[in-house]
Amino acid sequence: MQNIIDQAGLRDDRWQLLRVEPGETLPEIAEDQDVIVPVTHWLADHARLGARQGRTAVWLAADGDPAVLQSTFNLLPLIAIDFPSFTDGRGYSSARLLRERYSYAGELRAIGDVWHDHLQALWLVGFDSFEIKSGKPLPQDIQAARPFSEHYQASFRQPWPLFRRCINHG
Amino acid sequence: MYQYNEIDQRIVDERVAQFRDQTERFLTGGLSEDEFRPLRLMNGLYIQRHAPMLRVAIPYGMLAARQLRKLAEIARRFDRGYGHFTTRQNMQFNWVQLPQVPDILAELATVQMHAIQTSGNCVRNTTTDAFAGVAADEIVDPRPWCEIIRQWSTLHPEFAFLPRKFKIAVSGSIDDRAATLVHDIGLTACLGATGEVGFQVAIGGGLGRTPIVGDVIKPFLPARHLLTYLDAVLRIYNRFGRRDNKYKARIKILVKAMTPEGFAAKVEDEWLHLQDGPATLSDEHVRHYADFFTEPDYPAPDSGDFAARRADDLAFDRWVERNTRPQRQTGFRSVILSLKKTGVPPGDITAEQMEAVADWAERFAFGEVRIAHEQNLILPDISERDLHTLWQLARAQGFATPNIGLLTDIICCPGGDFCSLANAKSIPVAEAIQRRFDDLDYLYDLGSIQLNMSGCMNACGHHHIGNIGILGVDKNGEEWYQILLGGSQGNQAAIGKVIGPSFARESIPDVIEKILQVFVERRLPDEAFLEAVQRLGAEPFKERVYAKHH
Ligand code: SF4
Repeated sequence: MQNIIDQAGLRDDRWQLLRVEPGETLPEIAEDQDVIVPVTHWLADHARLGARQGRTAVWLAADGDPAVLQSTFNLLPLIAIDFPSFTDGRGYSSARLLRERYSYAGELRAIGDVWHDHLQALWLVGFDSFEIKSGKPLPQDIQAARPFSEHYQASFRQPWPLFRRCINHG
Repeated sequence: MYQYNEIDQRIVDERVAQFRDQTERFLTGGLSEDEFRPLRLMNGLYIQRHAPMLRVAIPYGMLAARQLRKLAEIARRFDRGYGHFTTRQNMQFNWVQLPQVPDILAELATVQMHAIQTSGNCVRNTTTDAFAGVAADEIVDPRPWCEIIRQWSTLHPEFAFLPRKFKIAVSGSIDDRAATLVHDIGLTACLGATGEVGFQVAIGGGLGRTPIVGDVIKPFLPARHLLTYLDAVLRIYNRFGRRDNKYKARIKILVKAMTPEGFAAKVEDEWLHLQDGPATLSDEHVRHYADFFTEPDYPAPDSGDFAARRADDLAFDRWVERNTRPQRQTGFRSVILSLKKTGVPPGDITAEQMEAVADWAERFAFGEVRIAHEQNLILPDISERDLHTLWQLARAQGFATPNIGLLTDIICCPGGDFCSLANAKSIPVAEAIQRRFDDLDYLYDLGSIQLNMSGCMNACGHHHIGNIGILGVDKNGEEWYQILLGGSQGNQAAIGKVIGPSFARESIPDVIEKILQVFVERRLPDEAFLEAVQRLGAEPFKERVYAKHH
């Protein structure tokens, strides 16, 4: 994939994203290729996919239920969540569920209509890598995409809401 | 009143910088129209018929005098010298220039104000009772809770892109003056068996295309759980609310589809995981917020010659009767400054008027003003001895029309004169009604009648909950108006019903007059208009209004 940014900076990486409809079969995958497959394909065939030399990850559609991945978490180095439009906010809840409820510890990647205005909120709810939509300016440094220095709410990155941190006890 | 600390201020300043950057990128082609739209909406910026409109948040309707002065300054410098109060306790500026909006926001930030989430598909400004803290029937002061909710909802990372807008109202008194049952979430503060504060949680109320009164899904939520419970509700809505059709995207549609019981059960499941988590409020936290809203030091009550003035001067007496409310603090009243003067669009206020009100708030009270969702201004804490002086000042500024709660105290959206979504104009219709019914004696005799008008089914003028509602509709490109009867706000919130085919604009005052004739002929002694409509049903009104010869 291209235009991936994470803590280490901006780069292209070895993952190949396979956007395949649930009914369609996967294309031929090279034995050593790292691929991100749809959830349905993963659940149907994770034994075979996981036994390849290349790594396999999944991507979850905006309306996908992260709970279905729980039993195979330890096989998944990366989960991607799709944002068909940046205004579709379901992925933010999916990310928090994956991180906070199901304790998923692998890489969590935001894909789709993702650009720098949204990176900070995505980071807070648990994403740690981002595929910047083509045509958008590429932030060189993830820190640069942080307009806010503080947040009121509890989040994956800051489990304590602001009021717990700044109101003096006693 | 809540005062920002250094972090609150920083967050608002950072939001200004972020929006300045987004606006510059839009103006230089870095963001497309489609990309910029949701971003600007989240900062209250609409593109209207004539110019962009900026909606400024007035959190839970409270303003300090210096904030009101800042709004006046903005009205002069960046608009045409006036602003407009909405039914959601916000202020709108109708004639701003897009490149100047970041500067306006920076000005607002200097007085702890902003436009964050005044529009867009996110949690909007929380609204409450305009008489909070002074109402005689108050059980729990809702304002600390509103501030807690304001902070929780501000830039919430999980809920910035909901299926649709989301409105929360909080009431803490016996009479619900915050229209909680027509909000996405309506919270009514109450006391539990042991005196513990909690909330009755109603969900899925709303007006718009599908007007509906909310359902109570939790009769008593102990207050410490407020934020974790809100997180649970919003998460269910964010994940499962419809996104395929914007007219079916409000939470009320989801609640209907799942049934209120089904929805409540789903929320409980989610809440089980969040309950008692880090966002649980301790007594200390609550006290921290409550300390901003403690009672000021009231001087000893002194009525001066108040009683004598009332006895001598009928006009003053009427104004006291209609436009002031007793408070729980003896000897003090809340004054309602009417923004419903005939000839002025309901809710509009000039910069000069804003400054006058700010001066009065400091001279006569504790420097604080409230915005009522009925689009009037409230000056709380006025000593009875000062009422006569204030009345004279208010008269000179055009604020003393003694019509609060009467037919001419019309709630009205900006409509076709400003709003690009409108089917019809609303301001001229309101004015025609005010002109027709200008006889105060007649209005007093009619008693309380709430007339609400919207220029389209988005219902910003809350027409469904007016005792008389007027809705602008489009009939082959012409402006027509439907009439509704029987709506009400408050504890017994009810949705009014359309009485029949719509009317041309010119005939609206006649139609209203006929409705009122039926009421006057058939009312029981002391019966209010709404009670008469409920007792008689719509039939006799329809007969008169649609009669061929009369
Ligand atoms: S009700 Fe319709 S016309 Fe009136 S302000 Fe709202 S959207 Fe505009």
